[in-house]
Amino acid sequence: MEKITILEGRQKQIFEKKKGVAQPDIACDTSSLSGSVSQRACVFCGSRVVLYPVADAIHLVHGPIGCAAYTWDIRGAVSSGPELHRLSFSTDLQEMDVIYGGEKKLYHSLIELIEQYKPKAAFIYSTCIVGLIGDDIEAVCKKVAKETGIPVLPVHSEGFKGTKKDGYKAACLALMKLIGTGSTENISKYSINILGEFNLAGEAWIIRNYYEKMGVEVVATLTGDGRIDAVRRAHGATLNVVQCSGSMTWLAKEMETKYGIPYIRVSYFGIEDMSKSLYDVAKYFPDRPEIMEAAKQVVSEEVKTLYPSLQKFKKALTGKKAAIYVGGAFKTFSLIKALRSIGMSVVLAGSQTGNKDDYARLKEMCDEGTVIVDDSNPVELSKFILEKEADLLIGGVKERPIAFKLGIGFCDHNHERKIPLAGFVGMYNFALEVYQSVMSPVWQFAPRKGGTL
Amino acid sequence: MLLRHTSKEVKEREGLTINPAKTCQPIGAMYAALGIHGCLPHSHGSQGCCSYHRSTLTRHYKEPVMAATSSFTEGASVFGGQANLLAAIETIFSVYDPDIIAVHSTCLSETIGDDLQQITRKANDDGKVPEGKHVIFASTPSFIGSHITGYANMVTGIATQFAVSTGVKKNQFNIIAGWMEPSDMREIKRLSKELGVRIVLFPDTSDVLDAPQTGKHEFYPKGGTTIAELRSAGDSISSLALGSISAEPAAIGLEKSCKVPFETLDIPIGLSATDRFIMALSQAAGVKVPDEITAERGRLVDVMADMEQYLYGKKVALFGDPDQLLPLTEFLLDLNMKPVHIVSGTPGQRFEKQMRQLLDARSPETNFRNGLQADMFLLHQWMKNDPVDLLIGNTYGKYMARDEDVPFIRFGFPILDRIGHSYFPNVGYSGGLRLVEKLLNAIMDRQDRDALEEKFELVM
Repeated sequence: MEKITILEGRQKQIFEKKKGVAQPDIACDTSSLSGSVSQRACVFCGSRVVLYPVADAIHLVHGPIGCAAYTWDIRGAVSSGPELHRLSFSTDLQEMDVIYGGEKKLYHSLIELIEQYKPKAAFIYSTCIVGLIGDDIEAVCKKVAKETGIPVLPVHSEGFKGTKKDGYKAACLALMKLIGTGSTENISKYSINILGEFNLAGEAWIIRNYYEKMGVEVVATLTGDGRIDAVRRAHGATLNVVQCSGSMTWLAKEMETKYGIPYIRVSYFGIEDMSKSLYDVAKYFPDRPEIMEAAKQVVSEEVKTLYPSLQKFKKALTGKKAAIYVGGAFKTFSLIKALRSIGMSVVLAGSQTGNKDDYARLKEMCDEGTVIVDDSNPVELSKFILEKEADLLIGGVKERPIAFKLGIGFCDHNHERKIPLAGFVGMYNFALEVYQSVMSPVWQFAPRKGGTL
Repeated sequence: MLLRHTSKEVKEREGLTINPAKTCQPIGAMYAALGIHGCLPHSHGSQGCCSYHRSTLTRHYKEPVMAATSSFTEGASVFGGQANLLAAIETIFSVYDPDIIAVHSTCLSETIGDDLQQITRKANDDGKVPEGKHVIFASTPSFIGSHITGYANMVTGIATQFAVSTGVKKNQFNIIAGWMEPSDMREIKRLSKELGVRIVLFPDTSDVLDAPQTGKHEFYPKGGTTIAELRSAGDSISSLALGSISAEPAAIGLEKSCKVPFETLDIPIGLSATDRFIMALSQAAGVKVPDEITAERGRLVDVMADMEQYLYGKKVALFGDPDQLLPLTEFLLDLNMKPVHIVSGTPGQRFEKQMRQLLDARSPETNFRNGLQADMFLLHQWMKNDPVDLLIGNTYGKYMARDEDVPFIRFGFPILDRIGHSYFPNVGYSGGLRLVEKLLNAIMDRQDRDALEEKFELVM
């Protein structure tokens, strides 16, 4: 096999777990090297994905057409009601706007949009160019809010002003402006907000249902199947339950400071983590032991049906090897556990946006020989997949065709998932999807497995 | 109903675009650059641009799409992106080892005033470009034109920065591909070969974005126009530019730089446009049209005659890109169908004039608009006011098709939810056959679905 070398200057972001070898810290939280074929995106992308599922607000992208066009309904965040989030709105800035400013156009666009769609609120995303031409979008938003009577919230998501994580923060800042503006009347003491769950393929509904079965009230889901009115009263909840650590921990911390609402971090992937996320919430309400009882009931009922159904997958998949390259590192932890529960080991684990703590924990969790990468690129991914003989890659849209070209299975654990992967039922779906892809008859025709003419 | 809020009443909007029928320049430049062998497209801007373009192209082709980015930071945006680009060029040659880096700009780098010509020259002067390797560039500000403009700009960059005139003419012709699929480019090559004419086709994304499963991830797939071919384009007898918006600028560039005369034609979609293409190429090369091509044409005409009764008078709404919409509209008219609404987000008077000319002669009552606010919201409003039998456009048309319960044919860019466009051409007579088959399937499936039992026909 041809040797694929690692990009110079990238070595510090790659680590192979070996016994008896000094364990350096992985370099992360850095911007990508100029000229790399990075799989990462920008600040705007971070803001857009966090706020996108709020379905009764309009999302107006202030900038040239591209930013609105590329983010038009590409994430399967489903709504049980309004679907304003699935439309694409742009000020489509032109050369003259760049020279003379786009404030007027933004103002008119907003007025037209609000008149047309009667939304509950409006989010205005700044793109790169708005940061340069100096439009005062705060002022425009204020003016429109006053004239229309709905919250009009600027999101400072200029693409170049940091990484995707900074975009998460800009989105959370906008959410913070809404939180605390609604009535908290009649909210139960036994109540939570679900943070960092975006209702891809309806996952938030599954999770919400578990908590409600336990007798816990869910005040707001941020932002899956999101509604402005629910966000406005989120400060009335007793506890914040945070998934997808990268995007929402900042918001949880802010809410803790401002409203005294504590938070816990959870994950809804895999039996182990899913169960824990129910128990951890129940533990928070010790004065009502029924909640813990109900949690146990939910888990035992779900696992009773799930566990036997996983066994046929486990039998087939035992000994198979997986490579994981996803956005946030927190997801990787759950995936490692979930894969182990169906007999698979992980030979490559990486993320686009993990931090030091995440990678330290990854190191602990992984088997020896596992390669850990931060902000990887297709050359590296191919190299490690082939060297480590992985049978499966878990990633997002840009990684899928690479896996298929190499002749291995693939599971989209990003926003192009078509079936819910969260919750107990999600674990079944995940195992099924992995099984179907890894064991697909197509691979016997692929050259890698000797399938030639 | 996803688009339940679309109102019937059409009002002029001051600036707002809803559901765009276009996207921005850089993705076009990236697509064009992928049609050069051994070329790595490079996006001089924020990381997100590159990521979005790669993702969109990947969704459209179900293929890996490689491109690098300057990864702009706040510093670069204040002090200029020269340092980023120079560093990027070094990194790319040392690590990804392409033969060519094709740099395109973005709204960000254009606004801060980065001069790609100057920076790439500096890269050459500073010895950052290894012997035998190349850096080419195209200026592609996102706030002007559309993805089609970006494609045209990069193709022009490719033509003018590679082609050399040695003074000795070669017995070959340039065919400059307007925005079309790898399958279309493959078909153009087949037809030229059938005619016995030697051509240099560029760009050429066949064997790049329709690559076979090999067990390897080829960073630089086998296809793409080679440097040698591009160099020789300056010695070609003449150029045929397929598409006045996406291909002609490159032909003009080549005429200026190497004195290669050119002729502009439509992309050969449908019968008439294919006739013109075959005639132009055979006349330029002084070759006779072989019987096989005449037979191909005959088969298409035969089907058009056989099925005329099912196509006659059917009302069509379509949206997409100029160089495809023109010949497609003409083909629909040749099929005796009625294009009633046409929208393209790509601005430009040239296109407007050409389309108007075609419509004035054959269908003056057709609604047509391009440029600002010519978006899918407007098209949807038009469809509500004057309903159609069929909608043709990219994947985003599926919302309108569903809401209005209208049969829908996917055509254009991007197609995110079907395959086929990479493999089966729309150009040439065989492409015409495929289009007629698609039109008929859509119309007849609907007829079968809706027919009263007594009217449910077996033989159609």
